[in-house]
Amino acid sequence: MTAVKILLRNPRREIEVPGPTTVGALLARLDLNPESVLVIQGNTLVTRDAQLGDADTVEIRPVTSGG
Amino acid sequence: MKCRRCRAPAIIDLRRHNAGFCRDCFLHHFREQVRRAIKQHAMFDPDDRVLVAVSGGKDSLALWDVLTELGYQVDGLYLGLGIGDYSDDSGRSVREFAKGRAGRLIEVELAADYGFDVPTGAAATRRAPCGTCGLSKRHLFNDVARREGYDVVATGHNLDDEAAVLFGNVLRWETSYMGRQSPVLPVTDGFARKVKPLFRLGERETAAYCVLRGIDYQVEECPMAAGNRHLGYKEILDELERRSPGSKAAFLFGFFDRGRAPFQAAVDEERAALGACTECGAPTPGETCAFCRLRRRACGDDVIHEDSSRPGTAAVPVQLRVRS
Repeated sequence: MTAVKILLRNPRREIEVPGPTTVGALLARLDLNPESVLVIQGNTLVTRDAQLGDADTVEIRPVTSGG
Repeated sequence: MKCRRCRAPAIIDLRRHNAGFCRDCFLHHFREQVRRAIKQHAMFDPDDRVLVAVSGGKDSLALWDVLTELGYQVDGLYLGLGIGDYSDDSGRSVREFAKGRAGRLIEVELAADYGFDVPTGAAATRRAPCGTCGLSKRHLFNDVARREGYDVVATGHNLDDEAAVLFGNVLRWETSYMGRQSPVLPVTDGFARKVKPLFRLGERETAAYCVLRGIDYQVEECPMAAGNRHLGYKEILDELERRSPGSKAAFLFGFFDRGRAPFQAAVDEERAALGACTECGAPTPGETCAFCRLRRRACGDDVIHEDSSRPGTAAVPVQLRVRS
């Protein structure tokens, strides 16, 4: 089975989800609002229709500030 | 998904604009939104000296970066709030960012310069920490800008911040606050000009700008803001936006264009009635301004002293730390 590695923030933690999947499906699976996060791969971003597969690692970064 | 401008593969989708953008076209979009905000509201000119209030977060660092890119004369002002590791990290982010930039970084430390920090100020006055923090920021940004001769103070308030503030004010019909909410607050007696050049951009866009520009901002949220009302409003508005893209912008921009004017007169009257604080000279409706009252209570110094130069009672401006 392939797995996509996910780095989550606030608090920082790592999880794995089965792949392949799309970014949009991943956010839905984690019950995250796409308006409230960025999905980062390396030093760039990926859109909701992007495919994630074997050994891909992405960071899901919340963008909401409370100040 | 393809970039709307150049048809290259997109790296970000902005449903509000019904568009995807590649890296370069997104950065172009971001700069254009800032340029448009500055022009639309005549915020400042290239000859003006701009003081950007920086916290180490995505919005203020993106603002400093983009204004520099657009050719403005920009310096940064960082206020150390004394919120444990969070403030240590935010200070590091700001100093790292400022290294090698043309502009200078001015630093004010609440604890060292005024004898209290946000946690002690909040405890002493029984205010919410966010209220103590906001009051201190408003006072000191204005104070430093006037003392150092800046033409304008720019803050990183974005579309999401402003929509959430408006939402909260409408819920309670805070008409005075509604009259004051604007992308530009003009210079008046005792007040520096204040502008919000990012008000046309959402915080997802400011975060994306930082990632794509390699700006290492502080991602962790302030521990004192956790669960505050403002965050709750943002969550509700994000859900609305998910269901109906463009709702936040329509709400905020519609208010600026058509909803705000009736509340302006009361604000003008309020400002005209302000006098000068007897301790620091800042505008205030009473004898002593809210910041000096906060400082006195936080320092356990409610009795007025002739000598305000001893530590913990500084009413007069302190010596600023400047990194060129």
